[in-house]
Amino acid sequence: MTPAVELRGITKAFPGVVANDHIDFSAEKAEIHGLLGENGAGKTVLMSILYGLYRPDEGKILVKGEEVEMDSPAKAMRLGIGMVHQHFMLVPSLTVAENIILGREPVKRGALLDEEQMLNDVRKFCDLYSLKVDLEAPVYTLSVGVQQRVEILKALYRGADILILDEPTAVLTPQEVEELFKAVRALKDEGKTVIFISHKLKEVLAICDRITVLKRGRVVGTVDVDETDMGQLAEMMVGREVVYTFERKPCEAETTVLSVKGLKATDDRGLPALRGVDLQVCASEIVGLAGVEGNGQTELVEVLVGLRRVNRGRILLGETDITTDPPGKRIEAGISHIPEDRHKWGLVKEFTVLENLILGSHRDPKFTGRGGSIDFQEATEYSKKLVRDYSIQTPSVDTPAGHLSGGTQQRLIVAREFSRQPKLIIASQPTRGLDIGATEYVRGKLLEMRDRGSAVLLVSADLDEIWALSDRIAVIYEGRIVAIKDPNETSEQELGLLMTGGNLG
Amino acid sequence: MAEESETVTSAAAGAGGRLSGLSPGLSMFVTQLVAILMAFIVGAVVLQVTGYSPLKAYGAMLTGAFGNTYRIGQTLTHATPIIFTALAFLFAFKGGLFNIGAEGQFLVGALGAALVGISFDGLPAVVHVPLALLVGAIAGGLWGLIPAFLKTRFGAHEVITTMMLSYVALYLTGYMVNYPFKAPGWVAQTVLIAPSAELPRILPPTQLSASIFVAGLLTLGTQYLLRKTAFGFEIRATGLNPNAARNAGIDVDRKLILALVVSGAIAGLGGSGEILGVHRRFIDGFSPGYGWDGLAVALVGGNTPYGALLAAVLFGALRSGGMVMTRATGVPLDIVFLLRALVILFVAAPTLIRSLLRRGGLRW
Repeated sequence: MTPAVELRGITKAFPGVVANDHIDFSAEKAEIHGLLGENGAGKTVLMSILYGLYRPDEGKILVKGEEVEMDSPAKAMRLGIGMVHQHFMLVPSLTVAENIILGREPVKRGALLDEEQMLNDVRKFCDLYSLKVDLEAPVYTLSVGVQQRVEILKALYRGADILILDEPTAVLTPQEVEELFKAVRALKDEGKTVIFISHKLKEVLAICDRITVLKRGRVVGTVDVDETDMGQLAEMMVGREVVYTFERKPCEAETTVLSVKGLKATDDRGLPALRGVDLQVCASEIVGLAGVEGNGQTELVEVLVGLRRVNRGRILLGETDITTDPPGKRIEAGISHIPEDRHKWGLVKEFTVLENLILGSHRDPKFTGRGGSIDFQEATEYSKKLVRDYSIQTPSVDTPAGHLSGGTQQRLIVAREFSRQPKLIIASQPTRGLDIGATEYVRGKLLEMRDRGSAVLLVSADLDEIWALSDRIAVIYEGRIVAIKDPNETSEQELGLLMTGGNLG
Repeated sequence: MAEESETVTSAAAGAGGRLSGLSPGLSMFVTQLVAILMAFIVGAVVLQVTGYSPLKAYGAMLTGAFGNTYRIGQTLTHATPIIFTALAFLFAFKGGLFNIGAEGQFLVGALGAALVGISFDGLPAVVHVPLALLVGAIAGGLWGLIPAFLKTRFGAHEVITTMMLSYVALYLTGYMVNYPFKAPGWVAQTVLIAPSAELPRILPPTQLSASIFVAGLLTLGTQYLLRKTAFGFEIRATGLNPNAARNAGIDVDRKLILALVVSGAIAGLGGSGEILGVHRRFIDGFSPGYGWDGLAVALVGGNTPYGALLAAVLFGALRSGGMVMTRATGVPLDIVFLLRALVILFVAAPTLIRSLLRRGGLRW
């Protein structure tokens, strides 16, 4: 049988990284095909190529057996391919029906919108795939789950036979996931092809017929869901190549620096994100927090640095309770933070290198006297020293930080945070998006700080990184620390399972 | 991955790019200057087409604005209040806020100063004048506190609240001088302030008062505050990236409140200067919209204190020179409003100016 869609030898490189490396992939008619892999494995890039958002450097795309030039999403839509992105692309002020027909409005007498026709058309789809939506509600009043349904309806309305869902469950509650699965199965029964991108093992096992696993831009393999299990998939997905190894001194001081007890907090939508986190980090120790993204890591970090409110539980720094302290007090108390999103939280990109380097310690008596004026001479000397010590590649300390490369910006943040002699470092995705040189540098610095006595909590989506740096590995799943492991006494398979809610038993 | 979109406010923040080889400040100065030049060129075309001589009109305007000491005095008199309102706008803007309600803060400040001016008798001037200015600044600051509170507490957008509060201020001050504090007679105004509360006129017979010194000092002070102090550093960080500011331990809400209060106080001080120096009483409708002018002037000045000072003088010159031009050449005063609009238009389109300069052989 001719596959509904087939990709042959797809290669796509971005500066510094090969996102897709000769990928072969095919999905049948009336099939739910899972595309599994860690963050950065190349899943979204591959599907963006299929959807015409990127042009591949090499390789062929075949739709229903015919080779096609996929040069735009419009073309993909014409060929019956629809994609629902992680970030929805709806117009909030328009109604559901208006959003669905947007760009393909049924008209009567040349120019008038045929509302009757429109509602009937859309209603047909809703019934067919048991997608329940109030068609006349404005989109901004809908929950995320319902908005996703609207996106799916939109793709179907445009005649999609092949539907790509990019991490569709990432934003959903468990109940909404059930609803989604029901709809996906209905689509399959209608003979549609669904490509289901995910990094959650349980989900792909629950919904898919076949699963293709990607790792670092390559296909690890395609398996039938009946012939595989969590253990195998976890190993395929995270199977590890050690790129960096560092000399690791054993934990010397046993003094607890950070102690978190029964911490509960909600995410931005008000849903529980932390459901009782218990965790300790000692001086001269790196604790790696492993977990699939979206299991509460972001919220935990924000709670620890004071950017998110704690609903219940306590945070102790040494002996001091800092649960309700604002960020400024925590900085003074010795907490440094390398934020996950450095543009959003880490830098003021219009500020100069100097200004960014003193940001946060600008009230320090070293820089600001009684009169409230900043001693810019002192600040210049200080930042010049940091630029030298941390080899920050910048024309001068007066260069706006936004002009620097991503790796250099991260060095700048590392320089600022580490030069404060912190007791505790919260490093969140510290090497994300960095090239090899910068990655190695940041990792080396983290180890150096650990050896000098700092306690480090390392949050990373990159299991290799956790593995290479951590003295202990804490696994977070659905807002709880489900296990704490010694890296020498665990396997990638075990971690992979723990991260996805499984257990070796 | 989506590129981070450029901020919409880049026009307001001055030139988006830079002339190579020039310092950022100088580069912006050149850009703004070219924008102003463009406005006058287009204005000249309009004059020509409508049958007036651009040379004569501009000549009359120039002599009208700067021809002799008296004319310069008039120009600076008109410039003074908008220096304040422009500084007010830009201060809040540096904190990431669009305070478009300087008019209201200006009026409330003016009324505050007027009330102090008429309420005390026999105070020495060295006490009375500063007291009136202080009360004016506080009144303006409090008028800025209201939108700040509404924003940080309820998330009400300051563009809406500051603008609405301007109308509240307009009618509130109007009520005050029509009823409780109305001077005898049929003009809606207060009685004259005590002589001890008067800011001296420094260039008689023009109405130029010592308020311009306050404006000058305030320009220097604003520049210093924003660039050299920890407080200004925090305001700027908050305005440019509130998330990063918060992460760096800055109390962002507090900074937003302070930015609006200081902004309102600056505008209020400007209103006070007008009362104590020029009108010597609060007259209903005495402000021809100085608060609104401030926004445009801050924009034309590239949102820098010194730039605002220069742009305020330009606007003052357009106003005083325009009147002379009308009398001398018969060109309608509307051309002045046209020129102002054109200046704003060209300043708000830095990309256009940049491409013009590039064609002129300058590299960016």
